[in-house]
Amino acid sequence: MQEQLQQLKQEAIGKIEAASNVKELQDVRVAYLGKKGPITDLLKGMGKLPAEERPKMGALVNVVREEVTSVLDERLVLLEDAAIQQQLENESIDVTLPGRPAKTGNHHPLTRVVEEIEDLFISMGYEIAEGPEVEKDYYNFEALNLPKGHPARDMQDSFYISEDILLRTHTSPVQARTMEAKGGEPIKIICPGKVYRRDSDDATHSHQFTQIEGLVIGENINMSDLKGTLSVFAKKMFGDDREIRLRPSFFPFTEPSVEMDISCFKCGGSGCNVCKKTGWLEILGAGMVHPNVLEMAGYDSKRLSGFAFGMGPERIAMLKYGVEDIRHFYTNDVRFVSQFHRTEV
Amino acid sequence: MLVSTKWLADYIDTKGLDPAELAEKITRSGIEVDAVIDRSHGMTNVVVGHVLECEKHPEADKLSICQVDVGEEVTQIICGAPNIAKGQKVIVARPGAVLPGGMKIKKAKLRGEESNGMICSLQELAIEGKLVPKAYAEGIYVLPVDTQAGADALEVLGLHDTVLELGLTPNRADAMSMLGVAYEVGAILSEDMKYPEITYSTSSESAENVLKLRVEDMDANPLYIAKVVKNVKIGESPLWLQQRLMAAGVRPHNNVVDVTNYVLMEYGQPLHAFDYDRLQTGEIVVRAARQGEKITTLDTQERELASHQLVITNGQEAVAIAGVMGGANSEVHEGTTTIVIESAYFKPASVRQTSKDHNLRSDASSRFEKGVDPNRVEAAAERAAQLIAELAGGEILQGSVVVDELDKSQKEVVVSPDFINNRLGMKISLEDMTSILSRLKFEFEAANGLLYIKAPTRRQDIQIEEDIVEEIARIYGYDEIPITLPKGESTPGGLTPYQAQRRIVRNYLEGAGLQQAITYSLTSKELAQSFALEAAPVTQLLMPMSEDRSTLRQSLIPHLLEAATYNIARKADAVTMFETGSVFLGETSEGLPHEEEHVAAVMTGKWLDHSWQGERKTVDFFVLKGIIEGLFAKIGLDKHMSFEQAQMDGLHPGRTATIKLADKMIGIVGQLHPTEQKKRDLKETYVMELNLAKLLTFTLEPLLYTPVPRFPSISRDIALVAERAKAAGELEKIIRSAGGKLLKDVRVFDLYEGEKMEPGQKSVAFSLTYEDPERTLTDEEVVKAHSKVLKALEEQGNVQLRG
Ligand SMILES: [Zn+2]
Repeated sequence: MQEQLQQLKQEAIGKIEAASNVKELQDVRVAYLGKKGPITDLLKGMGKLPAEERPKMGALVNVVREEVTSVLDERLVLLEDAAIQQQLENESIDVTLPGRPAKTGNHHPLTRVVEEIEDLFISMGYEIAEGPEVEKDYYNFEALNLPKGHPARDMQDSFYISEDILLRTHTSPVQARTMEAKGGEPIKIICPGKVYRRDSDDATHSHQFTQIEGLVIGENINMSDLKGTLSVFAKKMFGDDREIRLRPSFFPFTEPSVEMDISCFKCGGSGCNVCKKTGWLEILGAGMVHPNVLEMAGYDSKRLSGFAFGMGPERIAMLKYGVEDIRHFYTNDVRFVSQFHRTEV
Repeated sequence: MLVSTKWLADYIDTKGLDPAELAEKITRSGIEVDAVIDRSHGMTNVVVGHVLECEKHPEADKLSICQVDVGEEVTQIICGAPNIAKGQKVIVARPGAVLPGGMKIKKAKLRGEESNGMICSLQELAIEGKLVPKAYAEGIYVLPVDTQAGADALEVLGLHDTVLELGLTPNRADAMSMLGVAYEVGAILSEDMKYPEITYSTSSESAENVLKLRVEDMDANPLYIAKVVKNVKIGESPLWLQQRLMAAGVRPHNNVVDVTNYVLMEYGQPLHAFDYDRLQTGEIVVRAARQGEKITTLDTQERELASHQLVITNGQEAVAIAGVMGGANSEVHEGTTTIVIESAYFKPASVRQTSKDHNLRSDASSRFEKGVDPNRVEAAAERAAQLIAELAGGEILQGSVVVDELDKSQKEVVVSPDFINNRLGMKISLEDMTSILSRLKFEFEAANGLLYIKAPTRRQDIQIEEDIVEEIARIYGYDEIPITLPKGESTPGGLTPYQAQRRIVRNYLEGAGLQQAITYSLTSKELAQSFALEAAPVTQLLMPMSEDRSTLRQSLIPHLLEAATYNIARKADAVTMFETGSVFLGETSEGLPHEEEHVAAVMTGKWLDHSWQGERKTVDFFVLKGIIEGLFAKIGLDKHMSFEQAQMDGLHPGRTATIKLADKMIGIVGQLHPTEQKKRDLKETYVMELNLAKLLTFTLEPLLYTPVPRFPSISRDIALVAERAKAAGELEKIIRSAGGKLLKDVRVFDLYEGEKMEPGQKSVAFSLTYEDPERTLTDEEVVKAHSKVLKALEEQGNVQLRG
């Protein structure tokens, strides 16, 4: 029986070593160590042995059983490892193949500029005011110190709907409406929106364009506050080392009126093609709110003063991104709009 | 306004300042210099030539062979100009000269004859054709006979000059004259200026003897001055006058007309010269035009007048439209001997209206309509009389014929230095302020801590304290203003809930794969109402620039479709775009259209292209519907939303749905009608539009947490056979209302309409989820609830249950 046992052991180990995968090995385990296997049979057959031989024989069977089990387990580790290696090999992919597209769209460049400006002024305590695009002549002109027949109305040739109603030529009527609604109280707003002027569309003109205007009214608001505010704006939009300069200008709704230039962000002021060799770029118009405008909206122009400014997001986008033709903003060419996909902080 | 710096030097010493530096100073202190133009354009080797001989070229009809004395030598030049003639003094570009267009002059042979240079027209020296005197417009320019051969022709022509082009804002009408610019430069440089000296002798005869004057509308014409000059000889103006006019952008005509234009440029006061004899009546009457009265103006156009327009007449018929343009019937011509010089003040609004009516902007009207200096009207008339007498050899009759009720007083403005400093945020001393006022030549007095300022009448823009603030600031320098931020209470700032939500909508749609578009609000009348969510009258422009931009849109879809067509035509494989913007509907009680913000989208072409893994999808109805459902879910409205089969012009009748919010129509989604698609060169294209304003102003229940379920849910599937036309949404409604509290969710998970079904039938399968947040459901409870659902479907749904 002992010999039988040794032979069985050799046979099992031989099969274990011959097993080339986990399944074959499991078959060997079942065949030799399972409930119906020869080793179990041997244990079962021990009843036929004399009682004094049983413990010795039992121990012997168990030793063989343990030896076989241990060889088998070692082999199992080996084969499992090989199986995983095989699996990894089989599963390896070409990571350079394209991924499944996660398609996203993006802001129109004008919205991008407008929101950037909105967020800057919100951080300085401004609210955003909006109003109708079709306006009364009163809010678009008269309340802004542009009575009928005023020569400055020619600066803004307009689309009229009727004698007294027109497409707004600037977002200033929103200021006039806000002032009227605020009933003499301080104001801090910016007004973004679409505006319309009677221009033929070409590379630098568009009958529809965007404007952002700002208005601050309070006690002792003065030109230096305006200059400081615009300076913050210029640095945020065009870079920390931007300088600004004010030049006298004329708008009927402000007095004094100025235009603001920033030092050219491309050449830093030494002169290049962007700034037409001047070192400066004209960015916006501004001024102290004209007392007539304040009075007309019910403000005491002796007690409160204010400043206002206005700019064109198209111009800012054209300068910032190097866009040469204003019509790109309204053609909605996918190849244009999609270039403004990435963020820039 | 074009300002010749050479001419300007007559009135002000610019201390040898380089024109570019001067331009910078002018720009920085108030008037933008748009351009600095060197009139010599760097030309050299351009001299005066004397044509000694001039013969036809034997080989070419149109060419002449000239022997020209160019000072250093006599040389042969071939000339093609029709007006070349022996004895003329001409402009010669010698070999080596480079003309403004970049043309290099070299010795050449023309049809076998040597040519050593070129005889030039003014155009070849970069003078605009419309400024060249008519006599020389088609050929070379001929210089006065006494010009020295060999002299620098640029010097003779006054082209060693730099012109500043001023971009004038409407308030600075004072700078529409050389004198006005001289005042401005004087203030900037702190220099005094010189006025022209006016002296002349007069004949013994008095102007009043020969001319009667009556003004009927003193409001529109409060000042009229007429001077009479007899025995003038009309001819060409001297060269200095011609070139000054050309530098100022005015074409020379004859000595009398040129003088009126010269004084216009010098004083800013428009003048007009009438032929006294052609007036016929010896009388001038200024009156309102008769309705329908006709006049032929100097530009040979017949114009019909209206009764609100002011005319100058000879007592019978109109001889000029006041302040706008003279009439042909009284025009000065070669044979004119006696002239009437008109210098007047016409009311700005009147001239403005009339010039607008006739679409006629002249150098005169553009000055009158901004208000000329009341105190220069007379001086300009005197200056013109003087120059005409000098240049056309006439005798000035004594005195003037005048009607005058014009207020010529100076506007007084009282302002405190503190006010000025407060507005500027500066601390400018009183001395600095008064020094600036002196430089500006403003009369003033400083007393009681106030400045009493009399604004000169040439500066009609100075009316209020703030105007003085600006004058002080611009001369003092804006660079000196410090940088501060508004003081006082700080305000929170921020977006309104609506504005914040609108940004969320945009960001959501972009995250869902759509690109933001911005299209025009104006469209054609035909397109304005297509795809509109509601029927409303359109808003149209009174005077559109084109039919395509004549009407305000009522839907965003038409222009989004245009953008789609544009991109597809340029080989885009997909267009997925959205826009938020206003539409314009009907009219509110205020007379304005009702403006409503909408959001719309267009989708066509590839949606998913991941073909190497076998995934590929073009846009279909459910892609867009899914995006809309996601949008409603994002803003918390998914429970209030429903879709209903619908029809709309331009959309596919079987693939269109209205979108409802709380059972009210709020939008539309559908496929573009195949014929519309074809018309626009589009393949299957889907559009949607929603009333964004309504969407974002819907009152939402507050967001509150519901406990995460702790007990397992149980799913049951139902497969049923229904008529093909039966809407799945309707079945879902039945399921939901019968399912009771335990029914958590219903989803369609299969749809079959294929050949295994009876014709006209389809199979739909739903998956139902039951759940109780409080405890684990028992089988019996689910069976109970589920059988209610099945029963309801059989009774109300008109369907058969399968398997
Ligand atoms: Zn630059």
